[in-house]
Amino acid sequence: MKRRIMGAVAFTAIALCLGAPAQAAKTLVYCSEGSPENFNPQINTTGTSFDTAYPVFNRLVEFEPGTTKLMPALAESWDVSDDGLSYTFHLRKGVKFHQVGSFAPTRDFNADDVIATFNRMWKADDAYAKVSGGAYDYFNDMGMPDLLASIDKVNENTVKFVLKKPESPFIANMGMDFAAIHSKEYMDAMLKAGTPEMVDQVPVGTGPFIFSSYEKDSKIVYKANANYFRGKQPIDNLIFAITPDQAVRTAKLQAGECDVAPYPAPADLPMLEQDANLQVLTQEGLNVGYLAFNVQKKPFDDKRVRQALNMAIDKDSIIKAVYQAAGKPAKNPIPPTIWSYDDAITPYPYDPEKAKAMLAEAGVTNLSTDLWYMPVQRPYNPDAKKIAELMQADLAKIGITAELKTFEWGEYRKRLQAGEHQMGLLGWTGDNGDPDNFMGVLLSCGSAREGGQNIAKWCNEDFTKLIDEAKLTADVAKRTELYTKAQEIFHEEAPWLPIAHSVVYMPMSKKVTGYKVHPLGTHIFEGVDIAE
Amino acid sequence: MLRFLLTRVSLVIPTFLGIILITFILIRLVPGDPIEVRTGERGISPERHAQMLHDWGLDRPLPVQFFSYVGNVLSGNFEKSLRTQRPVLGEFLELFPATLELAICAAIFAIVIGLPAGILAAVRRNTILDHGVMAASLAGYSMPIFWWGPMLILAFATNIGLGWTPVSGRIGAEFVVDRFTGFLTIDSLLSGDTDAFWSALHHLILPTIVLGTIPLAVIARMTRSSMMEVLGEDYVRTARAKGLGSLRVISVHALRNALIPVVTVIGLQVGTLMGGAILTERVFSWPGVGTWLLGAIYQRDYPALQGGVLMVSTLVIVANLSVDLVYGLLNPRIRHRR
Repeated sequence: MKRRIMGAVAFTAIALCLGAPAQAAKTLVYCSEGSPENFNPQINTTGTSFDTAYPVFNRLVEFEPGTTKLMPALAESWDVSDDGLSYTFHLRKGVKFHQVGSFAPTRDFNADDVIATFNRMWKADDAYAKVSGGAYDYFNDMGMPDLLASIDKVNENTVKFVLKKPESPFIANMGMDFAAIHSKEYMDAMLKAGTPEMVDQVPVGTGPFIFSSYEKDSKIVYKANANYFRGKQPIDNLIFAITPDQAVRTAKLQAGECDVAPYPAPADLPMLEQDANLQVLTQEGLNVGYLAFNVQKKPFDDKRVRQALNMAIDKDSIIKAVYQAAGKPAKNPIPPTIWSYDDAITPYPYDPEKAKAMLAEAGVTNLSTDLWYMPVQRPYNPDAKKIAELMQADLAKIGITAELKTFEWGEYRKRLQAGEHQMGLLGWTGDNGDPDNFMGVLLSCGSAREGGQNIAKWCNEDFTKLIDEAKLTADVAKRTELYTKAQEIFHEEAPWLPIAHSVVYMPMSKKVTGYKVHPLGTHIFEGVDIAE
Repeated sequence: MLRFLLTRVSLVIPTFLGIILITFILIRLVPGDPIEVRTGERGISPERHAQMLHDWGLDRPLPVQFFSYVGNVLSGNFEKSLRTQRPVLGEFLELFPATLELAICAAIFAIVIGLPAGILAAVRRNTILDHGVMAASLAGYSMPIFWWGPMLILAFATNIGLGWTPVSGRIGAEFVVDRFTGFLTIDSLLSGDTDAFWSALHHLILPTIVLGTIPLAVIARMTRSSMMEVLGEDYVRTARAKGLGSLRVISVHALRNALIPVVTVIGLQVGTLMGGAILTERVFSWPGVGTWLLGAIYQRDYPALQGGVLMVSTLVIVANLSVDLVYGLLNPRIRHRR
């Protein structure tokens, strides 16, 4: 009897399994590469975490999908004062915050939300300042504490940011993840309930998707926001299936278990491109991989030596061997996806003979130097050790002996920033699509100090003057002119050997439409649809 | 028996202290600190670095940090994860059922196949069957998880292979199951969602095989050698001489005695299963404590790693202690030994 019942149960289960009706709701499964630290982009630091918060939140301004151009978001428009010190944002009316769990918003988005959002990161005495560790890395790294003089509520729907000094990249900073706008009402409610950390774990925003659930290290579920101010999304459910292993992500995509899977292995690209069910979107990444010459050390203080080394290394071979299809040769310190990129620059040709002659002219013979390479894979450099080895071989051809060196990643950066190296590999991924985020951060005199991010330790006053002037100018045409001149100086002075800008590949099912690869690296699902 | 129990339990306390100390020191010997790991290329100013070290209590002398940690653990506070700022204990308990479900399935798989295979090999000693079982178990024992897992995925999971099982994960992405026990197979049945149950079961197949392979090989080999030893004993010969059937001699007379050392080995496999779970979870994106601990190492998340290792070790120690006690119960010679 018992056996018969078990049999009936099994039969029913199988019948249920086979006969399950197709789900009417449209679901898109994104196989993400890791788990978020939390769901608040104010306090987290990784692209993986930013991706998980992005569907939930909006910012005052946002980047147009697939570009680094800014467009209105929670701010319908903004004015900049003539002196460049005040930014007045006119907020969108009628925007609703999400209803999540027991929290139901009683009012629309307004200026109080903007002020509460920024006060948490800015004011040490804010009730939220210390919640969840209280480290606001990006807010601090973008220099906001030194920049902000005040944030004033002009009226319910107008808020004014007053700066201590003019700074054009400020508006691009407002489009960054850390500037996502939170609900003050939700923050107050959680504080009152004695659970302020819930704000970081169960996010409430105004974005296209409402956070539904998170199973740690497994999946995150979002539902489309029916009240979204840009309209309801074509898909009903968005699922992040957390899949850290690169090969497994690719296999899941091929098996149809996910619709979109980021960061494929370059070696798998031909296979993915040939798959009849898949499409592979591509976009040049907002990054640069480079070899920096420490100009404070001999013989790299002589620009002829630096130029010679630019000619001694066969960049194309490096790109073919290491980046494969996923890299474009670099000639400038900024990637071509950033406005003001100077395409008129002629890159140094690969010419070992000329390089040898230039070294002789500079009086450099039998040079022994070091060449540092990162111990980790980075978006702009998939295999630093291999690149270093190829460079070492090229340098040997012109009589330079390069000793390869590396350290633990944190230690590596610290020592490079302290200027202990002679030649070192590193790179950068842009934060906000502004040229200053590359040239100002990586090459100005201010960052050439010990511990600064200018690891060439190159301080060229003409270059820095141009960069500083561009930072104070709001006019994009004027700024472009200044950055073009700066790139010419960079090329002539050759503090780096720019290697490559990596290309981002995004494989996905052919059923997915409307996806745009974002140059800043965020994976955005607003407006994305999937055929049933 | 009480004296035996007390002796064994008293040995556990220094073991725990040793584990805390070793984990505490080892993770700090790894170059880089949790703050530098967070910052990436942008680096961090020395002032902010110092401030964050202070905020997180990492600027205190190491002995102070150690004793403060031990004090906190003794009062049940495993501190907060540096990465997520959530209590370590909560995170562990949230993820542990996933690991336990996988480990239990792997153990069942290893026992259900390993025991009969070992018995068969012993009974059919020096036949092709015996050699086959031994060769297979040696191969299984030598199979690295990081290779075996992807191979099975390619063979059985994707559309490249046979497409019988899902590639990775614990359940199909479309299922959201209410949490009662944390075991998805049980929770899906409790919620009456049979689709979810089948999906969870399907997802368990490959990870179970991968994690269970090494214990299976160990159990099969141990069962074989223990069984062969028992089969050569006088009382088995006597039983045969009495005219008892071969099946009865093996199942009633030989097997019970042969199982004593096998039970010990099964107990010891808890450690292997926990260690293997870290790699298996990584390969199959299985959301358990293994994946979490690996993340903690990469992020230099000291409290998460210390707490996680301590809790996993507790489990292994408790399992071994239970085996000792069971063994003592089964074998009076052990419990009476001074």
